[in-house]
Amino acid sequence: MTDISIEPLPAKPPRNKWLDIWTQLGKHKGAMLGGGFLLFITLGVLFGPYIWTIDPQKIDIRNRDLRPIFTALFDSDAKVRWANPLGTDQLGRDGLANLMAGGRASMAVGWTAMLLTLGIGTIIGVVAGYFKRLDGPLMRLTDLFLSLPILPLLLVAVTLFREPLRASFGPEGGMFILIVSIIGITSWMPTARIVRGDVLALKEREFVLAARSIGTTQTNMIKRHILPNVLSPIMVSATLGLATAIITESALSFLGVGFPSDFPTWGKMLADAVDRMENFPERVLWPGLAISLTVLSVNYLGDGLRDALDPRIRGR
Amino acid sequence: MKLRALLMGAIASTAMAPMAMAERGSDGNVSIIYWQAPSILNPFLSGGTKDVEAASLVIEPLARYDENGTMVPYLASEIPTVENGGVSEDLTTITWKISPGITWSDGSAFTSADVKFTADYCMHPEGGCAQVTKFEGVTSVEAIDDLTVKVTFGGATPFPYGPFVGGESPILQKAQFEQCMGAKAPECTEANFNPLGTGPFVVTEFKPNDVITMKANDNYRDPAKPAFASLTFKGGGDATSAGRAVMETGEFDYAWNLQLAPDVIAKMEEGGKGTPVAGFGPLVERIMLNNTNPDPSLSAEERSVIRPHPFLSDPAVYKAMSMAIDRPLLVEVGYGKAGKVTCNWIPAPAAVNSTTFDCSTQDIAGANKLLDDAGIVDTDGDGIREKDGVPLSLVYQTSTNAVRQDFQALIKQMWSEIGIQSELRNISGSVFFGGDPGSPDTFQKFYADVEMYANTFNGTDPQSYLANGLCDKAPSPASQWQGENISRFCNDEFDALHAELTTTADIAKRAEISKRLNDIIVENGGMIPLVHRGRLSAHANTLGGVVLNVWDSELWNAADWYRKEGS
Amino acid sequence: MLTFTIRRLVLAVPTLLFISLAIFLLLELAPGDPMAQVPLTVPPEVKEKMRLALGLGEPLHVRYWKWIVQFFWIEPQVLIDHYFGTTFAEGKLRVISWQTRSPVMDIVVQRIPQTIWVVGTAYIVGILIAIPIGIYSAYKQYSMFDQAGTFVSMIGFSIPPFFTGPLLIVIFAVHLGWFPSVYDTTHVVNDWESFKLQFRQMILPVMVLALQTTAQISRYMRASMLDNLNQDYVRTARAKGLSEFVVVMVHVLRNSMIPVITVIALGMPAIFGGAIITEVVFKVNGIGQLLITALFANDLPMVQTLTFIFAVLIVLFNLIADILYGVLDPRIRYD
Repeated sequence: MTDISIEPLPAKPPRNKWLDIWTQLGKHKGAMLGGGFLLFITLGVLFGPYIWTIDPQKIDIRNRDLRPIFTALFDSDAKVRWANPLGTDQLGRDGLANLMAGGRASMAVGWTAMLLTLGIGTIIGVVAGYFKRLDGPLMRLTDLFLSLPILPLLLVAVTLFREPLRASFGPEGGMFILIVSIIGITSWMPTARIVRGDVLALKEREFVLAARSIGTTQTNMIKRHILPNVLSPIMVSATLGLATAIITESALSFLGVGFPSDFPTWGKMLADAVDRMENFPERVLWPGLAISLTVLSVNYLGDGLRDALDPRIRGR
Repeated sequence: MKLRALLMGAIASTAMAPMAMAERGSDGNVSIIYWQAPSILNPFLSGGTKDVEAASLVIEPLARYDENGTMVPYLASEIPTVENGGVSEDLTTITWKISPGITWSDGSAFTSADVKFTADYCMHPEGGCAQVTKFEGVTSVEAIDDLTVKVTFGGATPFPYGPFVGGESPILQKAQFEQCMGAKAPECTEANFNPLGTGPFVVTEFKPNDVITMKANDNYRDPAKPAFASLTFKGGGDATSAGRAVMETGEFDYAWNLQLAPDVIAKMEEGGKGTPVAGFGPLVERIMLNNTNPDPSLSAEERSVIRPHPFLSDPAVYKAMSMAIDRPLLVEVGYGKAGKVTCNWIPAPAAVNSTTFDCSTQDIAGANKLLDDAGIVDTDGDGIREKDGVPLSLVYQTSTNAVRQDFQALIKQMWSEIGIQSELRNISGSVFFGGDPGSPDTFQKFYADVEMYANTFNGTDPQSYLANGLCDKAPSPASQWQGENISRFCNDEFDALHAELTTTADIAKRAEISKRLNDIIVENGGMIPLVHRGRLSAHANTLGGVVLNVWDSELWNAADWYRKEGS
Repeated sequence: MLTFTIRRLVLAVPTLLFISLAIFLLLELAPGDPMAQVPLTVPPEVKEKMRLALGLGEPLHVRYWKWIVQFFWIEPQVLIDHYFGTTFAEGKLRVISWQTRSPVMDIVVQRIPQTIWVVGTAYIVGILIAIPIGIYSAYKQYSMFDQAGTFVSMIGFSIPPFFTGPLLIVIFAVHLGWFPSVYDTTHVVNDWESFKLQFRQMILPVMVLALQTTAQISRYMRASMLDNLNQDYVRTARAKGLSEFVVVMVHVLRNSMIPVITVIALGMPAIFGGAIITEVVFKVNGIGQLLITALFANDLPMVQTLTFIFAVLIVLFNLIADILYGVLDPRIRYD
């Protein structure tokens, strides 16, 4: 009995929580693989254009419709050229340069729009679920946004904001801001509803009652008790949101609301290549693979992060 | 009857050339796919090509244009001319003789009262008739007797074949549409969806924006036609999948207007189930040059109103821009056999195609020299030339369309080689071609330096189309931005010559004036014509009798279509 | 719960009226013109006359009021007339589409069968596949099955239908020739043979749509199950000696359904709304295709009516979801 009372103080201070999370994340193979790939693709699109210096918009009409270099292995008649290892498109623009330039735009749009969506969705969801008085108005607002037809909304936004944004940020920068905000404000609603649903249930759990009884403030309650417990649907929303944002961007440029037509993005490359997918399967393959693998790696990273952040799993 | 059909079929299959004139309804079903779905079968209320062409299977005009652009009588017994006395000497009246014995699909007789009624229907001030220009200048339409109609014009009309000629101006049945005049027109849903006609087919079911099913008209004037007993007219989808359904899977017999890149069409043709066919009307893909200043810093009331453009008004600039464009390459990349190089605004009919210009070869060196000689050089070393300190930097807009975006990219590159920079912009067709005065992106407002689109005219007479170059037709805030003179071209010589055209009757002289008008607008910086575009459609290899017609409805001779045996 | 439901239903009326006004104003503000698809050969004066004939000359509030009256007052009368043979709506002007000059609701009714057949089936198939996948993936986290499920569903979700649609057409319609590439909306199912044909023509569009639904719902199902599998109550249930099946399929599943119900309810209105891209690719010509053609043609009465019906369904299904939360977790209270 007395042994317990004289138990010595811990020899070293408790490990930092974030360090713990990091170690746990390191043990998650999927997360490491996903994170590694994400880093690779990000570095690739950021610094690739400095190594592979061909201008993606440069048209070389004599060398159009080139196949990727490896097709020469099984088809000796294929038009290939070492200068364009991934082939060229119907106007002779280099495939590799386009893939990297397209990746810059798609990654930037995807991440920014996804974070914006998550931000708005989570805040509205948590607030609506936690504060009963705000639930009604916020959820009716969500209903309203879900009902608004997107296409007219886009056209209105373009009419009102394109010129001022173009004047202050240039044609591409202005369009970027417009696209990102449009995707952001038209896709936060599912996240908000999902988060709210979970918060409604969490709020009635015993641990919340316990926390409240020891006088936890509202802010702390949300930060320490509610948010960590709705993390997994948010992570799923994030991965799905990234994919949706990249695809939506291409749908926007199809409607003429997106980037200038000679500005490549993965989604647009994919959309443009669909008509020729039988003759030139690689043109759908590269951007399709790039989008899928990016989304997949974000998904694995999200899985790992969720596991690492869950104290019940951590340390097992 | 069945035996006879079998026998005929046997004969047909042994004959070298398949027999077309088997028997009405002997060839089963024919299926047509339009990637734009028809919304209504009354062309007077829509004006959309898809609706006009679908309706042409059911309702017919007095005369049509054939594939060469010459008029052929349909419900009329002959084409009235001054020679045969059908058109009066002073060119103010035209008298149509209806062929005797024609009946509507309900069995009632087709008379001049129906023709007169159609004119009244369309000219009703509250009807919002889409084809009212066909009746421009008409003061009265009289039914002289059951088979004679006289149209009187307010003045001498050298080309009196507007009313009742071509797919846009067919005849409606008086008994059916009598209650649908003017403001009541939209309320007659049943009549608008199932018009009675004299054509080879009658509607059995019309699903708006989706599918139309038709069957052969039992009362059609030629007892041997149509060869098909029924017809399915499917709408919707996109040009690619329509082309596939005809040429690769063989599910459909005819696909309309396949605006696809030539290599895509060629790949589909390898499917071996169908053949693309092309025909050329006066459709020209062109770059319009803004003759006014579109500077965004100007107010809405001044933008694209104040003349001149800071640099596009200089002949050296627009001529160099035209010289720098490699038109054969554009045709090869964008249209293949459905396109031809052209330097003219009016490339067809052949009689009015000017031969003044040659633009079939790209001349970058010549273009650069032209600009250098004009003193438009790069003064600040950024690779872009300046004229009086203003850099030659353009906003180049067009509608969203894969081929147009390829053209934009190519032309941007060609212009960059002569020191002209361009910013590309593409706008959804529904906004670009819509005339909403509230939108900054319509082609009428032209808040850009250059814009690219295609335009054409109906029939074979270009007079009203040439009026698009008249100074007072320029869109401006005062006219709610409506007006056809998109480039705001303004030239006194042009206006005077066009006035002369409206009073000239001699065909050869009219052609001569039309060519000169064409030359003036191209020479003086109204536009840069790029490609003379054809209409490319595809039909199944088993479908016979297809004659692609760009001067009238594509389905103008559906009565003559038949199933090829044994193929 | 009943009072809550009634209160929400009553509250839904002003909400929906406000939404209808918001949609109306948005459509008014959007650039576009019903004459955009009329060829350039038709001169502007004629187009202006056609616009006036459509009623565009009237001021904004008059047109909004007209639509309200037509939609809420005249259309229900038409419905009553249809069922009881009465003549309440005789001679009254219904909501008329600008493209077809015919009553909007007639076309909507015409489109519902093919939309429900294709989009509805795809949604149900998607849910039926997704839920078991989600449960099993979570139960055997990081097993081969889970890894494969994750891989397939993420790839499936990140590849857009404008690519999968044509891809399936090229494979199954062009090269193999198994299924038609064009959906026949006039096809009537009346016997076994015609049902087989209907089944064949539905397979490709249903595959494309179900892939998206499955991917999305199975991800949420899996994540939510994972959250609950480590909860204390699961240990308690196991300790009580309940069978593993009962623990997972009753206790854990019930508590994991909240986000999944939300996602399913959010997707339900889309069954009616159709799937724009897939419908266009396979020419199913359901409500989705109707909406997109109306948008491109700037057929405002059609767009307004469709989006409003859509809004009603959204409000309704979100209410149903809220009620289901209470059923699944009785601790959730709204009053």
